[in-house]
Amino acid sequence: MDSLSRRRFLRISAATIAATSATAGVARLAGRAAGEGGPARGLHTVPTFCDICFWKCGAMAYVEDGKLWKIEGNPADPLSEGRLCPRGTGGVGAHFDNDRLKAPLIRRKRRGDDEWVQVTWDEALGHVAEKMQAIKATYGPEAVALFSHGLGGTFFKHTIRAYGSPNIAAPSFAQCRGPRDVGFHLTFGEEVGSPERTDIRNARCLVLIGSHLGENMHNTQVQEFAAAMDAGASLIVVDPRFSIAAGKAKHYLPIRPGTDLALVLAWMHVLVTEGLYDREYVAQHGFGFEAFAAELAPYTPEWAYPETGIEPAVIRETAREMARFRPATLVHPGRHATWYGDDAQRSRAVALLNALLGSWGRKGGFYAPTSMDVPGYPYPDYPAAPLGKVDNPGGRYPFALETLTTGIREATLTGQPYPIKGWFTYATNLVTALPNEAETIRAIQNLDLLVVVDVIPGEMAGWADVVLPEATYLERYDDLNVELFREPFVALRQPVVPPPHDQQPNWWIARELAKKLGLESYYPWKTIEEYLEFRLTKAGLSFAELKQKGILRGRPQPIYYEDGLTPEFPTASGKIDFYSTALRDKGFDPVPKYTKPADPPSGMFRLLFGRAPVHSFGRTQSNPILHEMMEENELWLNADVAARMGLADGRYVRLRNEDGVVSNRVKLKATQRIRPDCVYMVHGFGQRAVRLRRSLGRGASDAQLTTRYKTDPLMGGTGMNVNFVAVEAEA
Amino acid sequence: MTPELFITRHNHLIDPFVHVWSWQIPVYLFLGGWVAGNMILTGYFMLGGRHTRRSPLLSALPGLSLVLLSLGMLALFLDLEHKAYVWRLYTTFQWTSPMSWGSWILLLVYPALVVTWLVRPPLILEDLSQTVERITNTLQGRRDIVRTIGITSMVLGVALGVYTGVLLSSLVARPLWNTGILGVLFLASGVSAAAAFGHLVTHSPDERALTVRIDNVVLASELGILALFLVAMLNGSAQQVDAASLVLGGPFTAPFWVFVVGLGIVIPLIIQLLAVRHWIQHTPIAPIMVMAGGLALRWVLVLAGQVSRWEPGTMGMP
Amino acid sequence: MARYGMAVDTRLCVGCMDCVVACKTENRVPEGFDRDWIAYETAGTFPALRQEIRSERCNHCDNPPCVTCCPTGASHVDGFGQLVLVTHNACIGCKACLASCPYDARFVHPQGYADKCTFCVHRVKEGLDPACVSVCPTHCFTFGDLDDPNSAISRKLASRRSHPLLPAAGTRPRIFFLD
Repeated sequence: MDSLSRRRFLRISAATIAATSATAGVARLAGRAAGEGGPARGLHTVPTFCDICFWKCGAMAYVEDGKLWKIEGNPADPLSEGRLCPRGTGGVGAHFDNDRLKAPLIRRKRRGDDEWVQVTWDEALGHVAEKMQAIKATYGPEAVALFSHGLGGTFFKHTIRAYGSPNIAAPSFAQCRGPRDVGFHLTFGEEVGSPERTDIRNARCLVLIGSHLGENMHNTQVQEFAAAMDAGASLIVVDPRFSIAAGKAKHYLPIRPGTDLALVLAWMHVLVTEGLYDREYVAQHGFGFEAFAAELAPYTPEWAYPETGIEPAVIRETAREMARFRPATLVHPGRHATWYGDDAQRSRAVALLNALLGSWGRKGGFYAPTSMDVPGYPYPDYPAAPLGKVDNPGGRYPFALETLTTGIREATLTGQPYPIKGWFTYATNLVTALPNEAETIRAIQNLDLLVVVDVIPGEMAGWADVVLPEATYLERYDDLNVELFREPFVALRQPVVPPPHDQQPNWWIARELAKKLGLESYYPWKTIEEYLEFRLTKAGLSFAELKQKGILRGRPQPIYYEDGLTPEFPTASGKIDFYSTALRDKGFDPVPKYTKPADPPSGMFRLLFGRAPVHSFGRTQSNPILHEMMEENELWLNADVAARMGLADGRYVRLRNEDGVVSNRVKLKATQRIRPDCVYMVHGFGQRAVRLRRSLGRGASDAQLTTRYKTDPLMGGTGMNVNFVAVEAEA
Repeated sequence: MTPELFITRHNHLIDPFVHVWSWQIPVYLFLGGWVAGNMILTGYFMLGGRHTRRSPLLSALPGLSLVLLSLGMLALFLDLEHKAYVWRLYTTFQWTSPMSWGSWILLLVYPALVVTWLVRPPLILEDLSQTVERITNTLQGRRDIVRTIGITSMVLGVALGVYTGVLLSSLVARPLWNTGILGVLFLASGVSAAAAFGHLVTHSPDERALTVRIDNVVLASELGILALFLVAMLNGSAQQVDAASLVLGGPFTAPFWVFVVGLGIVIPLIIQLLAVRHWIQHTPIAPIMVMAGGLALRWVLVLAGQVSRWEPGTMGMP
Repeated sequence: MARYGMAVDTRLCVGCMDCVVACKTENRVPEGFDRDWIAYETAGTFPALRQEIRSERCNHCDNPPCVTCCPTGASHVDGFGQLVLVTHNACIGCKACLASCPYDARFVHPQGYADKCTFCVHRVKEGLDPACVSVCPTHCFTFGDLDDPNSAISRKLASRRSHPLLPAAGTRPRIFFLD
C-alpha cells in the first residue's frame, strides 16, 4: 500500500526544464495544414468534428482575427444536425486550457515521483523506441499493450500492430458498453454499436432503464429524445434516482438497485402470458420461443414486486403500455452497462424484450445502420503474433467480442499467460477507468515502460515514464470518421488553429515512433493530407470538397424492414435466439436468470454514479469554460435520510467504503430525488492530478471508491455498482 | 414541503443574495439625511427670524453641510463601478429615475447651502471676505429674502431627505423597501440626526433646548413610523411578509432591535425626555446614540432590503 | 415595429446548460458570470415528484424597472425589437438596475457597466436567432415577434398553456415557459 499512500503526481520542477524553444518551432511546422493558414484579420470558419466525447459531432469552428472564438454545429452533420451539446459548445476551452500538456516529458527518478525533464520529441520517441526494442528482444513484441479510447488511437493501433503486438484494448468494452453489445449479439447476432442504432426519434414508447438521457449527453440521442417527447411519446423511466428524464416520464419506476433483470423478466412474462407480444414477428424471426416462454413462467409481477419494489399493477400497466405502441416501442439498451456482474445476461434480457415487441429492425425501435464505403490505406501485412492475445487465456470469457482491458491488467500483474512489460495509453485515464485502482497501480510497477499520450496531465500521466502531449482536436488532422449511422457520411477533422506549444497530433506521434522502430514501411504516405486524399479518392470523393464542407453525405439506404431491408440475424440459429444454444453449450443460462443483489450493510448505501451534461468522464474538468459550468460534483442522498442523520443540504461530507477507502470531501445534495438505500454522484471528479489546478481536489471520486467489482462470466465485463459506502460528516 | 430549487447562476454581488450596495450607500444616506435635516432646521430657524441674532447653528450648519454632503457624494462616487462616466448623470434628466432627480437636487443643494450660509455666516468668514460681509449685511436687512431662502432650504431639505427613500421604495424587486413609508422614515431620521447634532454642539442654551425638543418629537414619531412600517409589511404581499421576517426573527433581528430601535431611538429618547424635565443632566451620550442609530437604520435597511426578494419558482405548493 | 420575445418549452428542456455555454462563447461573457442560467425545481416526496426545468435570462420586460430607475438612460428600451439594452458608455455603474430586477438578471461587467442578456441583438439584426436558441439540442426555444400573430412564437403561445416568471411583480416579462 506504500506506493498508493505516497501518491505523487505530475509536477515540473523548474530547475529540470530544458530549453526547447528552437525545436518547438520546428516541431510545429510538421502539424501545420491549410486550415491554419486562414486570414489574420476578420472572421473565418473551419469545419471539423468534435472530440470532447466520442460522438464526433460535426462542428464549425469560428476564428476571429486569428484567435479561436466559438464553435457551433455543422448544419450538414447528421449526428448533430447543426447543434452541439454543451461540451462541444465549450470545446474552445480545451484549446485555451493553460494547464494542458505542453511538451514531451521523461521522468527523472522513480515512477510516480513528480520530477520530469522536458525533452524534444526526438529524445522522447527515441527513448520509447529503445525501450520497446528491448522488450521485444526479451519478451516479444506482444509484451507491449495499447489502451486506447477514441478515433485518435487509430494510428497508434497501426504502429503497435506493425511492431507486432495484438494486445490492443479499449476500456469502453469491459468497463462500459461491452455487456450490452454481447447481450444483443447473442440475441440478434449484432451489437448495438456506437452511435447506438436506436430510432428514438420515431419511438412512440420509450423505456429507459438507468439511462439518464439529458444528463447523459449523447447528442443525437438527446435531440431525438426531445423530438419524441414533443411528439407525445410515452416515456417509462426505471431508475433508483429521479433523473431529468424521470421528470418527463409518464411512468416513473423507482426500482431497487440491482434488480432490473427481475423487472425485465416480469415484463416479458406479462407480454407472453397476456399474448401482447408481436406474434407474427416472433413466429417469422424467432428461434426457441417455446423454450424461452417456459423459462419465463416463474417471473410473475408478484414475484418481481418484493425484489424490485415495483407494484405488480405498475409492472402490468407498463408492460401493456409498451405493447400498445409496438413495434415502435424502444427499450433502450443503455450504454454504461457494467453494473452487477450479470450484465451481459441483463442486456440480453433487454434485447429479448425488444424482440418480443418486434422493435429490432423496425421504425421506432432499432434501425440497421449504414456507412459510406471508404477503403482503408493499403499497408503491408502486420507481423503474426505467435503468442496470441493475452487478455482472455483459454477463452475464459467465451463471449468477449473485444479485447479485455482488465485481462491485460491481470496478465501484467501475474505474468500469465505471458508477461506484459509495456503499456501505451491513448486518451484514457486508466487509474480511474479500470475498477480497483490499487490493482492498476500494482500492475504498473511490473512494467518496464509506461507511455501516456494525452492532452492534459491527468493522474495516469503522473505514473508514466514518458508523457507525450497531443494537440487538441482543434489543432490537428485525424483519421476520417466513416460513421455507421442512419445514413452514410464521411467527416473530416482538420486543424482550426495551430497548437500553442510543442504538442503534436496522434498521427505524427505514431508515425515518428514507427520510424524510430524501423517500421517506415508501414507509413508510406508522406503527409497526413496524402493519406486522407488517397482514401477519399478511392471512395470517389473529393478531399478539397470535404475540407471545405467538413461532411460529405452519401445516398440514404433503407434502414428498416418496413423499407424492404432483408432481416438477417447472424446468430447460431440464423434467427433471433430467444433460446441461446450458444450459451447453453458453454454452460450458461440460455435464457437469463435473475440473481438477487446483496443488501447494503447496515448504515451503508449502494454507490451509484452517472453523467453530467457539461462534462465527459474526467477529461473536461480542467476546461475553463466547462469547469465554470460545474466545478464539483455532489453526493445525492435522500433528504429524509439526511435529515435523520443530521446532515444539512450543502455541507461537506466524506464517503467510506467497505475496504476503508475514504473519499475526498464532497458537497451533500440532500434531495427527494433518490431512494433511501443508495447514493449517487457524477463520475469524473475528486481528481488528484496536481497540475490540473482547476479540478484538483474538487468533489469526490466514485472510481476511487470502486475497489470491488464483479466480473461478468460471459464476457469479462467489470460490474462496478457493487460498492457500498457510509456517509460521514466532514469535521 | 418547500420545493427544491437549484439555480446554476453564480454572479458576483447577486448570488446567493443581492449585495450590490455595501457601506458607501448607508454612509451617503446617513450624511445626506443629516444634511437634509440641517437644511430643514436652518430654514425653520430663518422663518422664525433667528437669523437676526447670534445663532451658532445658523453659522455652523450650512458650512458643515457642505462638507458632509461632499463626503456623502464622495461615498456615492466610490460606489460607482464605471466612475469615468459619472458625468453622464448631468447630460440628461430621466424623470422616471429617482436617482436622476437626486443627482440634480444635489446640484441645487450646493448653491442653496452657500446662500443659506451667507445669511448668518461665522464672523471669521465676514472678517476674511468683504464680499461675504456685504452680502450678509444685505440679507440681514431683507427679511423677505431670508424668508424665501428659508422656505427654499426647507423644501430642498425635504426633497433631499425624501428622494433616497423614494428611490429605494420604487424598487418592486426589493419587498422590504417597497413601501411609501420609507421616504417619511428617512426624512424623520435625517431631521432627528440634525437635531441631535445641533443639540450636541450648539452653545446657545436657547438653541439647545429647542433642538432637543425637536429631536424628541421626531424620535417619538420615528417609533410610530417604524411600527407602521412593520404593520404595512405584515399586512402586505407574501413577499413583504417574508421580508418583514428578516427583522422579526431573521438574520437582521438583533441589529434592528438592538442598534436601530433600542440604542438608536428608545434609550436616547428616554434620556433626553428625562433631561428636558431636568430629572437628569443633559448628556452628549444621547445625541451620539441618536446619530449612530440613524446610521444603523440606513445600514440595516440597505443590507436587509437587498436580501429581501421575490422568491423565484412557479410550481407552487403542494 | 417588432417586439421580440421567447417561449421555452419546459417539456423538452433537459437542463443541459448548452444555452449557458453558447451564450458564454458567443458573447464572450467574462469568467465567473452568467447571462443565462438553468433553474431546476422539484416538488413532492419521493417517488411522487414533479420537476420543472427552466432556462432563464433577462426577460426584456414590457414594463422594465431596470429602465425606469436608470439615472442616465444607459438602460433603455431599444427601437430594435423593443429589446432592453445597456449603452455601455452611458452607464455609471450605480447598480440601481441590478437591485431593481426581480429576476436577478443583471450583473456588473468587470469593465464596470451593467450587463445582461441582449437577446443576441447582434445576431438578430443579421436574421439569426440568439445563440441559446440556435444551439439548444432539444429545440425547446422559440424566438420571434410577439406582435406578429403569424410568427412561430405567437402561434406557439396560442396553442399551449404557458406562464411567465413572477407575473405579480408587474414587469410584464416577454419570456414564457410552456407547461
